[in-house]
Amino acid sequence: MPAVQDTIDRVRKIDVDQYKYGFQTEIAMDKAPKGLSEDIIRFISAKKDEPSWMLEWRLGAYRRWVTLDEPKWARVHYPKIDFQDLHYYAAPKSTPGPTSLSDVDPELLRVYEKLGIPLKEQEILAGVQKTDVSEFEEASDNVYKSGRVAVDAVFDSVSVVTTFKKELAQAGVIFCSISEAIREHPELVKKYLGSVVPTSDNFYATLNSAVFTDGSFVFVPKGVRCPMELSTYFRMNEKNTGQFERTLIIAEEGAYVSYLEGCTAPQRDENQLHAAVVELIALDDAEIKYSTVQNWYPGDAEGKGGIYNFVTKRGDCRGDRSKISWTQVETGSAITWKYPSCILRGDDSSGEFYSIAVSNGYQQVDSGTKMIHLGKNTSSRIISKGIAAGFSQNTYRGQVSAHRKATNARNFTNCDSLLIGDQCGAHTVPYMEAKNATAQFEHEATTSKISEDQKFYVMQRGIPEEEAIALIVNGFVKDVIQQLPMEFAVEAQKLIGISLEGSVG
Amino acid sequence: MLEIKNLHARIVDDGTEIIRGLNLTVRAGEVAAIMGPNGSGKSTLSYILAGREDYEVTEGDILYNGESILEMDPAERATSGIFLAFQYPMEIPGVATMEFLKVAMNEQRKARGEEPLKIPEFLKRVKDAAASLNMDMAMLKRPLNVGFSGGEKKRAEILQMKLLEPKLCVLDETDSGLDIDALKIVADGVNALRSPDRAIVVITHYQRLLQYIVPDTVHVLYRGQVIKSGDKSLALDLEANGYAGVIGQAA
Ligand SMILES: Nc1ncnc2c1ncn2[C@@H]1O[C@H](COP(=O)(O)OP(=O)(O)OP(=O)(O)O)[C@@H](O)[C@H]1O
Ligand SMILES: [Mg+2]
Repeated sequence: MPAVQDTIDRVRKIDVDQYKYGFQTEIAMDKAPKGLSEDIIRFISAKKDEPSWMLEWRLGAYRRWVTLDEPKWARVHYPKIDFQDLHYYAAPKSTPGPTSLSDVDPELLRVYEKLGIPLKEQEILAGVQKTDVSEFEEASDNVYKSGRVAVDAVFDSVSVVTTFKKELAQAGVIFCSISEAIREHPELVKKYLGSVVPTSDNFYATLNSAVFTDGSFVFVPKGVRCPMELSTYFRMNEKNTGQFERTLIIAEEGAYVSYLEGCTAPQRDENQLHAAVVELIALDDAEIKYSTVQNWYPGDAEGKGGIYNFVTKRGDCRGDRSKISWTQVETGSAITWKYPSCILRGDDSSGEFYSIAVSNGYQQVDSGTKMIHLGKNTSSRIISKGIAAGFSQNTYRGQVSAHRKATNARNFTNCDSLLIGDQCGAHTVPYMEAKNATAQFEHEATTSKISEDQKFYVMQRGIPEEEAIALIVNGFVKDVIQQLPMEFAVEAQKLIGISLEGSVG
Repeated sequence: MLEIKNLHARIVDDGTEIIRGLNLTVRAGEVAAIMGPNGSGKSTLSYILAGREDYEVTEGDILYNGESILEMDPAERATSGIFLAFQYPMEIPGVATMEFLKVAMNEQRKARGEEPLKIPEFLKRVKDAAASLNMDMAMLKRPLNVGFSGGEKKRAEILQMKLLEPKLCVLDETDSGLDIDALKIVADGVNALRSPDRAIVVITHYQRLLQYIVPDTVHVLYRGQVIKSGDKSLALDLEANGYAGVIGQAA
């Protein structure tokens, strides 16, 4: 993703704050009044032109949510969130179908410019409608010369544009916003939405079910290998808007898809809540690879103002021999509460979780995974690398369980923590539970400090201190970086370097 | 090129003085050998030259090309041309040797205001240097020093030295752990770097290395001081008679 690459290069040059995406735009927002009620949910549903079954689904979730309390078990601390003090809907003002960049809201363009997005790509992100299709395709080719990536840009809550649709459609792949899917493919949405993360799942997921405003929908039909990486490149943008994304990815029998999610956010004073839900469904012999690079505003040097990220991500290996793989690089947010999980329901199915979680400043990360072995001969693999610097707290929380009928379940877990400095903390909380005697679970964990000997050795070769630390840390996380698609791998390595800036000295 | 004047240095943690009034001058183009019993402070001296923070200089100065380097951090010293081949090179897990070489070479170039090396040029330099040290390129794909044998680590140090082209090379017991053939290869590598504008300091216990890398001067370090200096015959004398005589004289 050259856009994100450019952004990072540019960001390195601006030396304002620890976090350098520090700007905010004022795009005339079409938004709901603050607070949450059945009326607000009706407003959202109406805004989105939803069928009545969808509204009923949301209302059901909302009625459930009012009976729930926020979970308290994670090792994170934050002031109480006033859920009535948030806006639950915001859409950028749309001028339907601009024909050139001059028709696009200049504020929007300014945001892209600050992010260092090339012009051609701005056109695509802003949804400029080219009358000449070939010109459009040429533009896309220029933008994505480093690889074939289809972008579904989410600007705050509404998908601004979707590219590469045509080629995907030829392959029979559906890639669109969830709102569009609800309108255009109701039978698929009805069948799968909430089938992995039910509306009653947990406090944040239930809230999301009631108020989600956008997100992506991917459907890869039987036997199809998705011809390109799919990617959502989204930013949160309006003050105090809760961001509630809902992503649903379905790979039918024998299908394959790789999905990339990455984002940056502008600086702001008040805390910003993010509670996304991602559901993955893999049928027989299908494979889904889901990669995330998360770099949201972590708060200022005192730890104020960062994003609260409470995410529910779960994959269901519903079919035999299916495979789901989560790879995440978490560097941002003030609070991260996130456990991408796999339900290994099909026989011979497998799940993977590769994670890098970097925390610096006053960030708090409580992240990990759950591998639930239900089918026979299921296997899972967990590689977690936590890096804590500054005053941050970094917790790995993992659960591996084998059901009574899950004969020959296998798990390998390796979680390593690296500490930089002596004011931060790393914690490992693994739960293992085997109800079937044939299960084989292996667990390895290490905690180490970045060694002065290593740092001195690296610096002796002429590598400055911060680069030396970034190099050693990138070596430490190598096993996970290798799991990322190429474009993301390079980007992620740079991001890790940036996130650790100021961790020494 | 290097002038160490009445250097006193102690361990920051416990205040123990290790270097106690050390004087040493090494001119450009010179190969100086430093010998001395175990624990006399040879490695400590090399670390202090390279700027390790565990030691604190309490008195005296280190001049490199006439200027004090005491305020420079290890990376700055390295980019100014000081290279230390470690007695015990560190393992850097997950960082391919090749990648490490590229970062180190380009960081030094950047500090000198030069463009990063183009990939083909970089590869060519690495291949040539590795071939001259009889090193397999496959090894360079492995993480730096991880699982390398003792001798392989020493060779990898010399490889880095060749590629970084330092002006002041300090080799701390590079000969230990090398087999007979490797010793010769490494010595040839070091000799190839001998030049009028470069100084080489070889720390060793054995005359054997000095048969291959013939020193211009030999210095005996004892309890943190240079107690005797001479030419290459001093090394032969030490080999034959041990340190007792020299220490006795100094006492
Ligand atoms: N960080 C440290 N903490 C404690 N003692 C130290 C430290 N560094 C050096 N010393 C001590 O200082 C003395 C000199 O050590 P140094 O490694 O410089 O010796 P050397 O001359 O290189 O010995 P060798 O020939 O065995 O390599 C030793 O007694 C050693 O134990
Ligand atoms: Mg030594």
